Amino acid sequence: MIHWGLEVVLLVLLLSTAIIALKVKDLLAAVVTLGVFSFLSALVFVAMGAVDVGFTEAVVGAGVTTVLFVIALYHTTRRSND
Amino acid sequence: MIRQSTSPIIVLIGRLVSPFIQVFGLYVIFHGHYGPGGGFQGGAILAASLLLIRLCLDSETAQLQFRQALGTPVGILGSLAFAGIGLMTLLLGGEFLDYAFLPFGGMKPAEIRAMGILLVELGIGVAVMATLVAIFDDLIGLEDHG
Repeated sequence: MIHWGLEVVLLVLLLSTAIIALKVKDLLAAVVTLGVFSFLSALVFVAMGAVDVGFTEAVVGAGVTTVLFVIALYHTTRRSND
Repeated sequence: MIRQSTSPIIVLIGRLVSPFIQVFGLYVIFHGHYGPGGGFQGGAILAASLLLIRLCLDSETAQLQFRQALGTPVGILGSLAFAGIGLMTLLLGGEFLDYAFLPFGGMKPAEIRAMGILLVELGIGVAVMATLVAIFDDLIGLEDHG
């Protein structure tokens, strides 16, 4: 119960980053926002006491999958200039 | 093929930070049985440091650090280290990954177990690192630098 306020703040931030990642137009910005989402969910795991799960989420979710998404973007081209 | 970034800040920060990330990854692997972390997380951290160099600098410089052709063989070697230790204990009379049956002479049983866990986690870490780098190289489509 000590972390109650912290968890609420983290969950609100989690929701807002998820919505931003869905709504934003630039795909690179969406990928970076998804990385922020991963890191925040890692913080939520740590706040709930699952340190090992949070560690894995921070390393794989925020580190490696972001890089893989960036490479996937690197292979795409922009069709419209809006 | 990734060209070197035109920004000197990105190049400098990538080169500066990468060794520290590697030291932290080794710490996570070797400290895995005392605290959170372990082979998979440490290997992913090591892979992240290699990917940082591959993203910030150009591809030829990254080949000096970890060759593209090494990715799959080193990954196979890591998984073979894991499976080999597990099967070795199986052959020596125990169950799969029963570290007490490892043939280390002159050590207490607890030390043998700690050493077995360390070797298995090293194998997992090397396998994860090499496989993640190999996935990156295959996605980016580098030509082989031999």
